[in-house]
Amino acid sequence: MNRRNFVGLTGLATGALLLPHFPGMGGTLVDPARLLEPGLDVAAKKRLADAALNAAKSAGASYADVRIGRYLNQSIFTREKQVQNIASGESFGAGVRVIANGSWGFGATNNVSDAGLAQAAKLAVAMAKANAKTQKESVNLAPQKGYGEVSWKTPIKQNAFEVPVAQKAELLLAANAAALANGANFVNSSLFQVNEQKYFASTDGSYIDQDIHRIWPTFSVTAIDRASGKFKTRDALSSPMGLGYEYLTPLAADKVAGPAGTGLIGYRNSYDILEDAALAARQAKAKLTATSVLAGKYDLVLDPNHLGLTIHESIGHPLELDRVLGYEANYAGTSFATLEWRKKNIPYGSKQITIVADKLQPGSLGAVGYDDEGVKTKEWTLIDQGKLIDYEKIRDQAHIVGQTASDGCCYADSWDSVQFQRMPNVSLRPGTAKMSVDDMISGVDKGIYIAGRGSYSIDQQRYNFQFGGQVFYAIEKGKITGMLDDVAYQANTQEFWNSCVAVCDQSDYRLFGSFFDGKGQPSQVSAVSHGSATSRFNAVNVINTGRKIG
Amino acid sequence: MAILSKDDAQAILKKVLSYSTADACTVGLSGRTAGNIRYARNSVSTAGAQDTVSLTVESSFGKRSGIATCNEFDDATLRRCVQRAEEIAHLAPESPEYMPPLGPQTYLNPPSAATTPLTPAGRAQAAADSMTLCAAKNLAAAGFLDGGTRFTALRNSKGLEAYQQSTNTDFSVTVRTPDGRGSGYAIADVTDVSKLNTKALTQRAADKATGSLNAKAIEPGKYTVILEPAALMAGDDLSLLGGLMYGLDARSADEGRSFMTKKGGGNRKGEKLFDERINIYSDPMNAEVPGQAFDGDGLPARRMNWVEKGVVKNLYYSRFWAEKNKVAPTPFPSGFIMAGGTQSTAELIKGTAKGILVTRLWYIREVDPQTLLYTGLTRDGTFYIENGAIKFPIKNLRFNESPIIMLNNIEAIGRPVRLAGCLVPPLKIRDFTFTSLSDAI
Repeated sequence: MNRRNFVGLTGLATGALLLPHFPGMGGTLVDPARLLEPGLDVAAKKRLADAALNAAKSAGASYADVRIGRYLNQSIFTREKQVQNIASGESFGAGVRVIANGSWGFGATNNVSDAGLAQAAKLAVAMAKANAKTQKESVNLAPQKGYGEVSWKTPIKQNAFEVPVAQKAELLLAANAAALANGANFVNSSLFQVNEQKYFASTDGSYIDQDIHRIWPTFSVTAIDRASGKFKTRDALSSPMGLGYEYLTPLAADKVAGPAGTGLIGYRNSYDILEDAALAARQAKAKLTATSVLAGKYDLVLDPNHLGLTIHESIGHPLELDRVLGYEANYAGTSFATLEWRKKNIPYGSKQITIVADKLQPGSLGAVGYDDEGVKTKEWTLIDQGKLIDYEKIRDQAHIVGQTASDGCCYADSWDSVQFQRMPNVSLRPGTAKMSVDDMISGVDKGIYIAGRGSYSIDQQRYNFQFGGQVFYAIEKGKITGMLDDVAYQANTQEFWNSCVAVCDQSDYRLFGSFFDGKGQPSQVSAVSHGSATSRFNAVNVINTGRKIG
Repeated sequence: MAILSKDDAQAILKKVLSYSTADACTVGLSGRTAGNIRYARNSVSTAGAQDTVSLTVESSFGKRSGIATCNEFDDATLRRCVQRAEEIAHLAPESPEYMPPLGPQTYLNPPSAATTPLTPAGRAQAAADSMTLCAAKNLAAAGFLDGGTRFTALRNSKGLEAYQQSTNTDFSVTVRTPDGRGSGYAIADVTDVSKLNTKALTQRAADKATGSLNAKAIEPGKYTVILEPAALMAGDDLSLLGGLMYGLDARSADEGRSFMTKKGGGNRKGEKLFDERINIYSDPMNAEVPGQAFDGDGLPARRMNWVEKGVVKNLYYSRFWAEKNKVAPTPFPSGFIMAGGTQSTAELIKGTAKGILVTRLWYIREVDPQTLLYTGLTRDGTFYIENGAIKFPIKNLRFNESPIIMLNNIEAIGRPVRLAGCLVPPLKIRDFTFTSLSDAI
């Protein structure tokens, strides 16, 4: 058992005592006002970056890049009528990565001065030279032109850090009140906000200044039946987004009505937390008396707020080229979608399935101008009408698949973490024929509609998975007939994506997000979005997860 | 500065407390000097070192608290950190769950390691021992070694003082055959790094990799299984036993949202939930898995029985929940010990007519908190046992099982071994539920 996990349960999670890093968010705990103070100006960062690059070259590096990063975050936790914790974090430092004698080396420092960065650069070169002694193959870096001095900002309307903490806490407490007023026994809510102020420079001649924002409001509502000892939960149907605080100002135009008979509402670029909390409480209560599903084959109609996680686990991860090649074998695992498998032309999915990767979509968690090794971001196709055509790559991997450029998928979660290949946004293209969710359901004879992120598990090569959800509704003869419980579906990745027979049109397209996606040893987090429209999968194996314990 | 002695750490904390103008103040100082090395495809992929010290100040005025941290230790920075905590406290809402700091406590002195952690060269050699073995056999090793020393010190305005230093090294390796048709795994964690043998562990993983070639498919269903310790406990993910132990929390049970909730209200402490051979306790003084002497509030850790003869004897009570319920607080332990017998995994196999040997379980997630139903998959070495011997490797399987049901279906309990800071025996269990096959290797 991980000691950090133990610590998280001892009450320290709320006190944060002894924890140099607040769980999941990181940094030194500071006054919220500090999050609005400007960091170093660009000219100072350029001077420091040059000091690092020059030191690396002098020490024998054939390539060097430096990331000067100021990582800001704030998390607010509440339960019922009380604020449990507010933590504002700041982490500032620089990481220097080099190639020397054909091997990678990395050094990091929180002493952001000419001397500090030069020292980190020298350490990185020494490490590269040491690694070179056992390295069998030299690093083969795809060429990358320098962009000169450029910048990029997440196009937010309101920086969440500019909103007073009290106002944000009050919104969460209002959501809790809405849930309690609608029958919830307990509700925990939280708001995570991130701002990465990153400066990247490399010996290729790029000096890139970026200001990146992300936000995630979420909650979990619990309803209890004391007499029977039963309890049920329903989590928020929000999505973490690459947006500012405007995400929490609901706009009618961003709401998408769910299927008739469910009361569900889907959210695009703004979220109504009060509305969703009230509905969540009613649904959690309804789950206490919902019909336990009869195991068997069902046609599944999956909402984007659910399907996003299935895309993430069964397409996003297996197409990470480092996994395919075996670099993650000891932890996250490898992939069934090997280079040899691709040559066999086995369909990954049905003709309905076109999957695009991107780091561009406005509002998405993956949107940046340039990745963490100075590559301008883009969109590219991974699966075209069911056929696997490409992977997710960074600069030192492109040559392995016969390509000459990176896809811009390199990311580090901190200045002191080594950047490596991470998942871009991976999204399912909406259907081209006009189709609403109700249109789709009207054609289903025996099925289940699922919304929300539930329990999820998949094997280390991404063949066999099992997913739950937040809410489940029976579909009989083209209509929603009532709520179900104890639902999970098990499938094989290829069978599942080949069973897709329809995808709703663009009007139903929404983003799902993963805010704390973990990978690597030591583990790093990253945030990524997955867009889709409601989709239908025929004859999927559904199991009943209800059990009795003594 | 990294690892500070008790006197040096307390001197800093004393100084920080002297800057406090709050009603109550608790200060903590912790640091770690450590390094890691990661490799895959028989080559080092990354290596890193960590040398960090961090100070945390929690200041309270009445029931309003604020926390600030810093990692520089000049007087001006320390003063600013205290001021910041106090400013945040003034702005914070009153916490109905606020607990004032504890007064002075008496702590146990858990045993510490006789050796110092590995140097960068030592880590490189430990990785090389693993990679060289695999390269010579035309196998691919991917592994991670992370180890070092940490210290934790606490002090508060009520006179509490605490300090502890400890060392730990974790190692894990996955060995795969070049054609990707065989995979094996081994893991270990030690307090005394001289007990870590990466070559022997890699050999074990290599044997499982080559032994798992040409795996056969069997029908999913209920089987007798022998779960090796790595299938029961994990340091980096949810596990069957870890998940069960996390769940022994009094508050969530009393609130009605736990498998420990009693029908009609209250919790199930004192009830027999498991086979009577199940005994689980924590003991910070255990020589093989020395634990933390205190938790973040400064509550002293003591030997504590959690499950005795299948009966849940204790639940975790935070100070707030303990006071509300008029019981003594019971801190969450830094590790636990599941008592067992004397049989090794090999001996358990010898005594099995038909069954499945599971090396490791993976991607375990909770399916239903009401029954603690978990799902996940076997990985890196799954074998069919017949007439007391391993007959053939089998394809991996997905399970849906609750550790509560599992610990009622005990056939035999083996000899505990250290894993992830705990002592865990291999378990032989009947009617373990596999629900589907996986092609993953």
